[in-house]
Formats: sequence, structure tokens, C-alpha cells
Amino acid sequence: MKGFNHKDLLGMEQLSVKDIELILDTAESMKEVSQRDIKKVPTLRGKSIINFFYEPSTRTRTSFELAAKRLSADTISLSSSGSSMAKGETLIDTVKNLQAMSPDLIVLRHSSSGAPHLLAPEIKAGIINAGDGTNEHPTQALLDLFTIREKKGKIQGLKIAIIGDIEHSRVARSNIIGLKKMGADVTISGPPTMIPMKAESLGVSVTNNPVEAIKGKDVIMVLRIQLERQSKILFPTIREYSSYFGINKETLKNAKEDAIIMHPGPINRGVELANDVADSPFSVILDQVTNGVAVRMALLYLLIGGHRSDDID
Amino acid sequence: MTILIKGGDLVDPLKGFLKKQDIIIEGGYISRILPSGAFTETGPQISIIDASGKLIIPGMIDMHVHLREPGHEYKETIATGSLAGVAGGFTGLACMPNTDPVNDNVSVTEFILRQANKVGKLKVYPVAAITKGRRGENLTEFGDLKKAGAVGISDDGSPVVNSEIMRRALEYARYHNLTVISHCEDINLSAGGVMHEGIISTMIGLQGIPSASEEIMVEREISLARLTGCPVHIAHVSTANSVNAIKRAKEDGIPITAETAPHYFSLDHSEVLGYNTNAKINPPLRSPEDVMAIKKGLAEDVIDVIATDHAPHSILEKNLEFDKAAFGIIGLETALPLTLALVREGVLTIQTAIKKLTQAPASILGINGGILKEGSLADLAIIDPGCEYVLKEEDILSKSKNTPFIGKMLKGRNIITILEGQIVWSRDSERISC
Repeated sequence: MKGFNHKDLLGMEQLSVKDIELILDTAESMKEVSQRDIKKVPTLRGKSIINFFYEPSTRTRTSFELAAKRLSADTISLSSSGSSMAKGETLIDTVKNLQAMSPDLIVLRHSSSGAPHLLAPEIKAGIINAGDGTNEHPTQALLDLFTIREKKGKIQGLKIAIIGDIEHSRVARSNIIGLKKMGADVTISGPPTMIPMKAESLGVSVTNNPVEAIKGKDVIMVLRIQLERQSKILFPTIREYSSYFGINKETLKNAKEDAIIMHPGPINRGVELANDVADSPFSVILDQVTNGVAVRMALLYLLIGGHRSDDID
Repeated sequence: MTILIKGGDLVDPLKGFLKKQDIIIEGGYISRILPSGAFTETGPQISIIDASGKLIIPGMIDMHVHLREPGHEYKETIATGSLAGVAGGFTGLACMPNTDPVNDNVSVTEFILRQANKVGKLKVYPVAAITKGRRGENLTEFGDLKKAGAVGISDDGSPVVNSEIMRRALEYARYHNLTVISHCEDINLSAGGVMHEGIISTMIGLQGIPSASEEIMVEREISLARLTGCPVHIAHVSTANSVNAIKRAKEDGIPITAETAPHYFSLDHSEVLGYNTNAKINPPLRSPEDVMAIKKGLAEDVIDVIATDHAPHSILEKNLEFDKAAFGIIGLETALPLTLALVREGVLTIQTAIKKLTQAPASILGINGGILKEGSLADLAIIDPGCEYVLKEEDILSKSKNTPFIGKMLKGRNIITILEGQIVWSRDSERISC
């Protein structure tokens, strides 16, 4: 046994510190596989994984797909427009039908918070939450934790700022939970319209001023501003957002000298992140993407890597 | 046929808690109320109900239910809603107009009454729409609706946004003696929200409905009642500040009455954890502080009435992603035990608790009932306040089973419901234990 006793990965909320450490440690050996000439091991041969993406995604979907293929699993990708959901089938029915074809794992991206929580008890296959509404995006948080640990050698005691639309960000919520569990000190920042009600209850410091948020931080996580949310009157113009809340070389001077910049992508260059910052040596944005594959390989392995047949009752 | 109910303790909302009174029912009316044992006649024409250790209360009146007929019979019908009602101890239900077609005209009002008559288990009091199609634009024909049997008007979950229209509705409704019931919600402020905005919504990433969306409309209705002098009844109060606003309005002599629902004093927003769609309600379950304030509002009589907002939805509308699931829970079969819990907690006396389920709503709607006295119609319920049981889905008589109280321990149960001297429901006949 590998000591990872979960059928599903619904969120960071459900993981213990030990679970997280195990995932990150496993991801280190998985990362090595991606650096080989022949990037494939037979670990998950004979396993099938369905990537069910109800919302559009490039990074996460490709990353899961490559992770599965590098472990020799068979994968199928579905999107909502090409699935029966477009014909009015309920989510539970769609997924029960998928279950009837005996997949080992379903990777679900969905626009409704709690969608994977709804499905997990209904089906035998494991579910990985690849982002649910404005709730969680646990694999993003895990790859962020991995990247931080890789760059900083530890997570415990680091000072981290998360900046942007916290309220509508599943990346922020998962990272806050994960970072707190691993002993980091988290500050969130963004315009008042993007800070959730009673945000302090999440165990973070809150400031609207990004300069103040960045001050003395080891890690700056910048969130994508969802331009389509402008219609919700969260900010008047993109121009004003970037001038008050965008991160640029000048604001970055307040961070620690060796601070790293992270972003879950896709970046709106010149909006939340200045062009030159995104490409600066501080930026670990592409390392995050690289590590994403390794972390997802680790999760696939831990969830369905052979041992679960022992558990079948 | 004469019925003698003997040995029970009588709860009269006006006269108080009377120990050991016997009730004699003749010809559908309460003919006499006597000290226990004083009635000594016997004979085959007298049917005796032993109510020892039980409470006798007026038939409960729920001034806020959704019976779903016409249009949504797969959720509930007037027949199944009536059955759930009498099982819960109700003899009167005021049903909201959000049917399909909307109850905004005489023919729908008459249809509802005709269906209710056919069932014959309890009295149904239609609440008609304020505006045609509940669209907030043109007033319905209040006079004709009243004549057809409507007791009140409300646009229910689509509150009248235009304050001028609401003002005219209040003025015109008073002339026709129709109770105006307002579902208070600023629908722009609440748009997209699916639960109370607070710690829990922040924690689990669901869009919040701020308390202010209710309070703004409560304050508007108070302002309009002050302006016009016309009464307004505030539906399902859920927040502390709504209670405060209504309290001040009442102190100022403004004609405001208010109701809350049992779930607002029994549960808080943490019930949603795990994305429980049976805890998805509008207004939403609020914070523990709001729950305390609702209880205080009931105790201080700021909130006059307990009404269920019985809102049946089929599993098809609940077994969904949380944001796609329908708002609403059923309440007819749990109102009594949840209200009796407030008596055990010392929030309300038994007399006040029962008043909020009987005489108070009857008085606000301007209908008969809700009292026990010689000469009044024999609409009453015999309840066992000590009966403890776990609510099971299969025991629910409503067509829909959407309630967060399934699996929870409840205490207090209706045993017998009598409508105009006829036993319309009896627990023994429904194979339910305790």
C-alpha cells in the first residue's frame, strides 16, 4: 500500500498534510519520467481514464491527458458540447452512463461548485476535481505547492500573497487551504469587489492594497482577471484595474529579493501582470505548467495505480 | 353523530392553556367545552376519543404554501398537499399563485377551490397574484378575485419591483379587504446567489445572497405602509435586521405583520455544507446570529406567524448541481414538531406557539378558524407533544420529499385532525408508530 486511501480527489479540503506530502514526493519521481527520451512507463496499462471537461480548458486538459498517457492509461476526452449534456441529459445521468463503461477514473471540470461532490458517491470510478465552479481546483494547488517547494526548498513558514479576484477563484480557494495546511502564511489582496465576505475566516490576512500585500513576500501568486466578469461591475475598466491592481516591476520591488511570481494561466498580459514581469527571471509560470504534468501523474498513480483492486469488496 | 374528546389539555390561543377540558362536537360545530368528566352521557350515537396526555389545538392554518396545482402536479397536487397538511395538523392552507397558469384570474382561483372541495380534507385559501402573470406590470382584478374566494394577493417569489405599482396595489387591496403578502427580495442584489452570503459561502465557493437583499425590500414595504396606512404582511422573514426593522415599524404604529418559517429558527447556513440541495431555499438559511434573532422576534411577537413556505420539488429538480437545483423545501409535516421545540427551549409558551400557527394567521388573512370556542366550527387537531421519532423519507405524505429534516429526530406529532366535525386524518390509521 502506498498510504493514499482516497477514492476521489474532490478538493484540498479533503487532504491531510501527509496526503499532500505523499503526492508531492511521488510527483518528484514522476517528473523524471517526463524528462526521458521515451516518456512512457507501463504503470497504468489497462486502466481507462475519462477527461470530462464541461468547461473549456487548454492547460489542465492537456496536462491530464499527457499525464495519463505517460503512465500508459487509455484516455478519452469529452466536452459538454460534444456530449449528451447538450441534449439535456442531467450530469448524474451522463456520468452514470460513463460509469457503465467501467472507467477507472473520471477527471471532471465543471462550472458548478460541488459538481464532483455530487457525483462521487454515485459512481464506482474515482473522480478528480479538475476545477468546480468557484469552489476548488485542487490539482492546480498541488502543482503550485510542488513548484514552491521545488524553488524554495520548503513551504512551511513562507510568506505568500495571492492577488486578484479571490471571490470567484477556485485556484485561490484551493491554494489558501493547501498553503495553510502546509504551514505557510497567506495574504490575499484585490479590489473590495473581489474579496469574499468574511474572508478572514479562511485564516488569511486581507488587504486591498497590492503593494502592501506584496511587502516582504516569498511568493506572489497573481490570478487571472476574468475579463467576462467586467459585466458584473466588479471593476470599471481593464485600464483602471491594471493601473491599481496590476503587478509590475515597480510594485514587485516591495517583495523579497528572491521572490517568485506564479500565475495559473492563461495570462492577460498587461492586465493583471505586466508583460516584462511575466517573462522575468522571477517568473516560474512555465515551471508550474511542467510540474502540472508530474503532479497529475502522481495523483493518477496514487488513485488507481494497481492497489485499488485490493479494495474492491 | 356526537364526538366527545375527553381527557385532553386544551390550548386556546386566546383564552390560554386549559388543563383537562372535554370537547363535544355536534353537527360539525363545537357545541360545548366542559371540565373533564362533566359530560356523562353515553350511547351508541356518541363516539369517544380519548385524548389523555394529549393537547387539543385549533386546526392549524398555514398562510404560505405552494400546492403546485395547476401546472406542476408532478411536484404536488391539491390532493397530496391536503393529505400532507392534515397529517401535519393543518385544517387550512393559503396557497401561493405561482402555478401554471398563474393564479391571476378568477378561473384559476375557482379551479383551485373546486379541486380543494373535491378532496375535502381541509380548507384551501387561494392567494392570487398582485400583477398579471406576476410580471410586476398590471394589477390583477382584485375585486373579482376576492369575490371568487381569494383571501390575499402576492407576487410571491417575483416581488413587485416597481414601488409605484406596489403602492397602488396596497391602496386598492385594502378597499377589497385582501391581505397583501410580500416576498421581500431585491432581485438585482440577490441575482445569481444560491445560499446565504457569509462564512460558509466563502468557504465552499457558492455565490451568496446578502441579507441586505431581503432587508432593503422589508424597509421599502414599511415605507409604503407608512405612506399609505395600508397593511403589509412580510413573508418568510429570515434576517436579524429584518426583525429589527419590523420591530421599529410596529412600535411606530405602522400596519406591518410578519411570518417566518420553521427552518429559519431551526437551521443555519452550515446545513448547506456538502452541497446539500435540500438546504437550498429562498430566502436562504442564514447565520446562527440570524437564527437567534428570529427566535427573539417570535418571542417578542415582532413575528406574528409561523408559516411553512411548503415548496415541493421533485427529485428531478433537487438531485442536481447545487446552483442548478430548485429553491425550496417542504414543511407541512414538520412545522408542528419544530415549533414545539421552541416551547421546550423556553422561547415561546405553548399558547403563543399555537397562536402563531392558528389564530394569528387566520386573523391576518381575515378568515374564520384558529380558535376553540363553543359555537365555532370544529376544526381542530389532537397532538402528542411527547412523541419522538426520526423523520423517514417513506413516511412523508407530500408528493415531494425535499426536506433537510429527513434523518433528524423530531418531537411532537399530530394524532388526529378534525375538519368540521369529521375526522380527516388519524395517525393510527396511517400505520405510524409512537
